[in-house]
Amino acid sequence: MTTVAATRPAPTARTGTHTAGRPHRSERRAGALLTAPFFVIYLVFLIGPLLVGVVLSFFNTTTVKDGLGEFVGLSNYSEVIGDPQFWDAMWHSVLFTLLTTPPLVILAMAAAILASRVRRGRVFYRLAFFAPYVVPSSIVALIFLWMYTPQIGLIPKIFGAVGLPVPDFIGSTSGGWTAVTLMTLWWTFGFNFVLYTAAIQDVPSDVYEAAAIDGAGPWQQIRHITVPMLGRTTSLVLILQILASLKVFDQIYLLLGGGPDQSTRPVIEYIYDTGFTSYRGGYGAAATMVYFVVIVVISAAWYGLRRRRATRTAA
Amino acid sequence: MTTITQPRPATGKNAPPAHGATLFNRLCAVCLTLFALMWLVPFFWAIATSLRSDASITQKPTSPFAGGWSLNAYSYAWNTYPIGTWYLNSLVISVLAVIFTVAFCSMAGFALAFLRYRGRTAVLALVAAGLMLPSEALVLPQFIEYRSLHLLGTFWALVLPSIAAPISVFVFRSFFAGIPVALIEAARIDGAGWWRIYARVCMPLCRPALSTVAILTFITTWNSFLWPLLVLSQTKSQTVPVGLASLLSNTNIQYAEVMASSVLGFLPLIAVFLVFQRQIVQGVTTTGIK
Repeated sequence: MTTVAATRPAPTARTGTHTAGRPHRSERRAGALLTAPFFVIYLVFLIGPLLVGVVLSFFNTTTVKDGLGEFVGLSNYSEVIGDPQFWDAMWHSVLFTLLTTPPLVILAMAAAILASRVRRGRVFYRLAFFAPYVVPSSIVALIFLWMYTPQIGLIPKIFGAVGLPVPDFIGSTSGGWTAVTLMTLWWTFGFNFVLYTAAIQDVPSDVYEAAAIDGAGPWQQIRHITVPMLGRTTSLVLILQILASLKVFDQIYLLLGGGPDQSTRPVIEYIYDTGFTSYRGGYGAAATMVYFVVIVVISAAWYGLRRRRATRTAA
Repeated sequence: MTTITQPRPATGKNAPPAHGATLFNRLCAVCLTLFALMWLVPFFWAIATSLRSDASITQKPTSPFAGGWSLNAYSYAWNTYPIGTWYLNSLVISVLAVIFTVAFCSMAGFALAFLRYRGRTAVLALVAAGLMLPSEALVLPQFIEYRSLHLLGTFWALVLPSIAAPISVFVFRSFFAGIPVALIEAARIDGAGWWRIYARVCMPLCRPALSTVAILTFITTWNSFLWPLLVLSQTKSQTVPVGLASLLSNTNIQYAEVMASSVLGFLPLIAVFLVFQRQIVQGVTTTGIK
């Protein structure tokens, strides 16, 4: 899944300035023909599932055989809304977001600021932090499951050596959340780090020079120049992180299987279970729609807020 | 670059602010280096484990050199699991996805940037709205749609969603928008058709956009997990991430073998990353793909 926001102002398209008046017939034909292959696939395979989901949510479709099944009206929705397990799963996704977002944003910003004060070895930092991001989630889970192994794993050993109580990383709910949070931190940290590093490089250096002439020390420069200038980037990183965290599936499914006893199961796994274990396609589609609306509302609110702030600063 | 500059040209090295700043920067470097080394530990731990024998791992878990190193676990992993087949599948799927995404999305991006035709505004609005669509949340209806189209179990089921991603179109469109219109007009006056302008004039100019889209499509297709898990049910047709996920289990005590498989899974990706790291990082910062 891709969540997108331009991190820099894109150049505005200057369409249609080259020929005055009505576009020529060949131009219209070329436009339609060049757009068609992408647009057809886009409509069928990106918009299509959304429409299919809306339709299915009103039927008692099963995932084991073809066909829609019977029309059941809104009963799928009322069942989803009344299902405590659905809201538990919803809460687990939110909890995961609350656990992972602050460290992933704050630590990434701190590391990027530190990196900006260091002249050499930038490539090394980028490699170390970003390399995990290109590794598939299942391999990350394999490595971390081994490191979490009770008695002989590396992480329980480290916890013991430092004097921290060693939680049951895989067998208990709180330990499970710790395990998933640490793993996610390691896996996706580099992404935010890279976004912040790029933003810091955009701060013009003469600002720092002026501050240094005024006698500002490095700490003051960070506090009064770098951090305030990162406001826009922070808002971007924050929303990307929230949306990505709300869509969590891989890490929890792979490491914990949603357990112990479904106590960490996120929404996508709930939908997966209803659709592919209980084979209730229509019901799963209704749950999908409720979840979908939540995500769209959050991202729309962010876009709206950003636009309003942009117009306010422009005015 | 935001490295601190010398406050005044006249100030020597012993001036208090500059001295404090240098010390501060050194401290930053030390902290960050420690942090970065910590980040590399899982990789090294996986490699070290994969080279040991299971018996010595359980006896002396934290001394990576105990019991000597060997490559036995690798030959075991390679012979036990169809890792080669998984690799081939992942490679075919990702390469197909890259080829079609680059071709179709650059065509659409070109049309949206330069051409005026009916429905252009509507296409633009619809595709922009798609940017906000959390497609991963829609796996269940997606699955049912693909089943009714008889696409389940085929590689196309994995290629099509990545072609449909609107972000690639926008990357190409914003790049094309930076090409001077005069260039296009000159080509028109020389009698070049639109296809020729697209293929011979604009595409050669947009190598940065092309590499961004190609690399990011490759990585996201290669790494996707839930969708291939649902779509490819045969062990023989699985991709690397889905295939390796079958080794996950609490009770599996063949630590070395499992880690050897993981290393075989991540080393090629790390190699690709080392080669293309500049383009990958650039792509991530311009598109914000997650």
